[in-house]
Amino acid sequence: MIRNSFLSLLGLFVAGTAKADWELNMPKGVTDLSLETYNLHMMVFWWCVAIGVVVFGVMIVSLIKHRKSKGVEPAKFSHSTTAEVIWTAIPVIILVLLAIPTAETMVRLEDSRDPDMSIVVTAYQWKWHYKYQDSNVEFYSSLSRDSLEARRKQSGVDPFSVDNYLLNVDNPVVVPRGKKVRLLFTSNDVIHSWWVIDLAIKKDAIPGIVNEAWFRAEETGTYRGQCAELCGKDHGYMPIVVEVVEPEAYEAWVNSHDAEQ
Amino acid sequence: MTTAVSDAHNEHDDHGPTKGIGRWLFSTNHKDIGTMYLVFSLTMFFIGGAMAMVIRSELAIPGLQFVHPEFFNQMTTMHALIMVFGAVMPAFVGLANWMIPLMIGAPDMALPRMNNWSFWILPIAFGMLLSTLLMPGGSPAGGWTMYPPLVLQTGDSFPFLIFSVHLMGLSSIMGAINVIVTIINMRSPHMSLLRMPMFVWTWLITAYLLIAVMPVLAGAVTMLLTDQFFGTSFFLAAGGGDPVMFQHIFWFFGHPEVYIMILPAFGVVSEIIPVFSRKPLFGHDSMVYAASCIAFLSFIVWAHHMFTVGMPLTGQLFFMFATMLIAVPTGVKIFNWIATMWRGAMTFETPMLFSLAFVFLFTIGGFSGLMLAVAPADVQYHDTYFVVAHFHYVLVPGSVFAIMAGAYYWLPKWTGYMYNETLGKVHFWASTIFVNLTFFPMHFLGLAGMPRRIPDYSTQFSDFNTMASIGAIGFGMSQLLFVWVLLTSRKGKKATAEVWDNPPGLEWTVPSPAPYHTFETPPEISEEDGVH
Repeated sequence: MIRNSFLSLLGLFVAGTAKADWELNMPKGVTDLSLETYNLHMMVFWWCVAIGVVVFGVMIVSLIKHRKSKGVEPAKFSHSTTAEVIWTAIPVIILVLLAIPTAETMVRLEDSRDPDMSIVVTAYQWKWHYKYQDSNVEFYSSLSRDSLEARRKQSGVDPFSVDNYLLNVDNPVVVPRGKKVRLLFTSNDVIHSWWVIDLAIKKDAIPGIVNEAWFRAEETGTYRGQCAELCGKDHGYMPIVVEVVEPEAYEAWVNSHDAEQ
Repeated sequence: MTTAVSDAHNEHDDHGPTKGIGRWLFSTNHKDIGTMYLVFSLTMFFIGGAMAMVIRSELAIPGLQFVHPEFFNQMTTMHALIMVFGAVMPAFVGLANWMIPLMIGAPDMALPRMNNWSFWILPIAFGMLLSTLLMPGGSPAGGWTMYPPLVLQTGDSFPFLIFSVHLMGLSSIMGAINVIVTIINMRSPHMSLLRMPMFVWTWLITAYLLIAVMPVLAGAVTMLLTDQFFGTSFFLAAGGGDPVMFQHIFWFFGHPEVYIMILPAFGVVSEIIPVFSRKPLFGHDSMVYAASCIAFLSFIVWAHHMFTVGMPLTGQLFFMFATMLIAVPTGVKIFNWIATMWRGAMTFETPMLFSLAFVFLFTIGGFSGLMLAVAPADVQYHDTYFVVAHFHYVLVPGSVFAIMAGAYYWLPKWTGYMYNETLGKVHFWASTIFVNLTFFPMHFLGLAGMPRRIPDYSTQFSDFNTMASIGAIGFGMSQLLFVWVLLTSRKGKKATAEVWDNPPGLEWTVPSPAPYHTFETPPEISEEDGVH
């Protein structure tokens, strides 16, 4: 039994390498703010790399040169106020350089004034409900049927054979490209968190509280995300799919929805 | 454990410990209680580790193979509670019990009976917590952070969760009071505060943090209890309460808590690096000020765990700036350790290896911490595997490696025998390789968009997850080597009183193994002693 599952594990790993990607970094996303977020992330990352090169460099030189097996005599020094002042001041300067552009982005992130449209997102255990405030459109959005079947324990379905396994829904959110979309989040039961990485939005949906966030997607396409706050047993099974379409296509989608209802 | 008393200081005292189980049940001896804490911590480390193995086995490949999502959530919740409160914290309390009296020249802890009580509460607390695994509805599954309203959906195990957290808090508070009273009142004459060893200093600061925040946690979970059973609505929106308030209160405890788990680790490493560099600790006083700064800042950064809850902009800015500031004193500590090594004459015994890995890998955890401080980027990192990678880097190759380093460093003093150095080094290298194989790929997973606390994931995340699972199983196996080292340590050669090459500190002036009673009269300290 154990041996069998180990073999199947190994087999799936080999099969998996062919299909899965080795994504290393945060995506740049499709809004101005997601790009700004990405740039901040890379800026602080390169600062860390630079500091790491210096700090680890000195440490490695010391580890190579200052070892007893080389017959060195240990030095006696044990403090230096100058050194302490220098290595307190330099990090402070670096932090100021980091904090200024970060604060600027934060101000823009919070500016949800004058949206072109608003959608109320209500979280449930374990699905999302979307209500477009400027039209009659409203619907629930939950995990798509093929993922639902494959996710069962020992379902016998190979996750690699399922289209966008665990990241596909029955009813995606459709929004127009280039429009400022404001999202209002709340929850019907426990705390959830609505996260779409390409839109750089992660906002908690909390019972009794209305949170807001906004985005203006610049590229059409399908963007996927998941609930990010532990919300019970099916926390891993309430994905989010946002389809950004041309404004005309969006109008047509809204009209078709009206016709259905 | 020896029962022989051979210390010249102790001619008045010719009785050893009582025989049998009574020695442990009723012990008021700091060394016995320290040993019990350490054994308890190691046991919990393996129980929590077994839960981690369940988690990583399930996550090895996409699809659900072994457990149901409900049980998976129970495992993540219990793994965290056990590792934080059962493994890391008691290990440091064990080291404190054993070493603080020996380092400051005190005969025992100041409050020995309370010491006994604070230990024996722990097996009861964790017995209660672990018993929930057998209850209808299983263990708590709402995460160790216990956020309402989710935690209020916990089944029969809910009151057991609350009461076990109360007991853990009680134990920690009593332990902390004991440490403070011991350090303040029982130092040998002439050991001024600033001449105390760094381990004693960092523990003094940690003990104040514990006293400040454990009651806050107790208050928070008590409010959960009354919300559940007595009709209050502290955190229930339907009754006019605020679910986010719990998060503020929890993290007001939770952020100092992470420093509770790392400051004593700083202390251990600050003891070890100078000895194996054969040079005094660089900047002793600035290390003390840096640790105090970190402790102070830890009280004003809590909401950086909550950048996605919808805080006002000014609140977010404040918590971001305050969080960034922590990098400054933490940097000072790392620079001082490197300056200690610089132009020393280093050797690389197992305690030194673990300490050096600590400095390297804790710094990597510090870097991801700085990245997490950048609020807009944190919105992307929050609740993903990037955070999981971050806190495991500071907790495993951080706190746990420091505990390992301390255990190897003081083991000859405890047992009187040198452990097997080759086995120790194998344990070190296996741990270091596997810990990185486990946790480094998690950075990539988080950045690519994998949320934490999910039992199954989309196929694009499969490769790094498989890698992390292989690493985790390797890391778990490597820890069995540590048990082997402990079990075989009696086969080693007899340890001298000094054990290492001319270490400073009073603990090395008593024989190895340390006699049952030490420093019944305070040792004389000359100008040079006591300062590391």
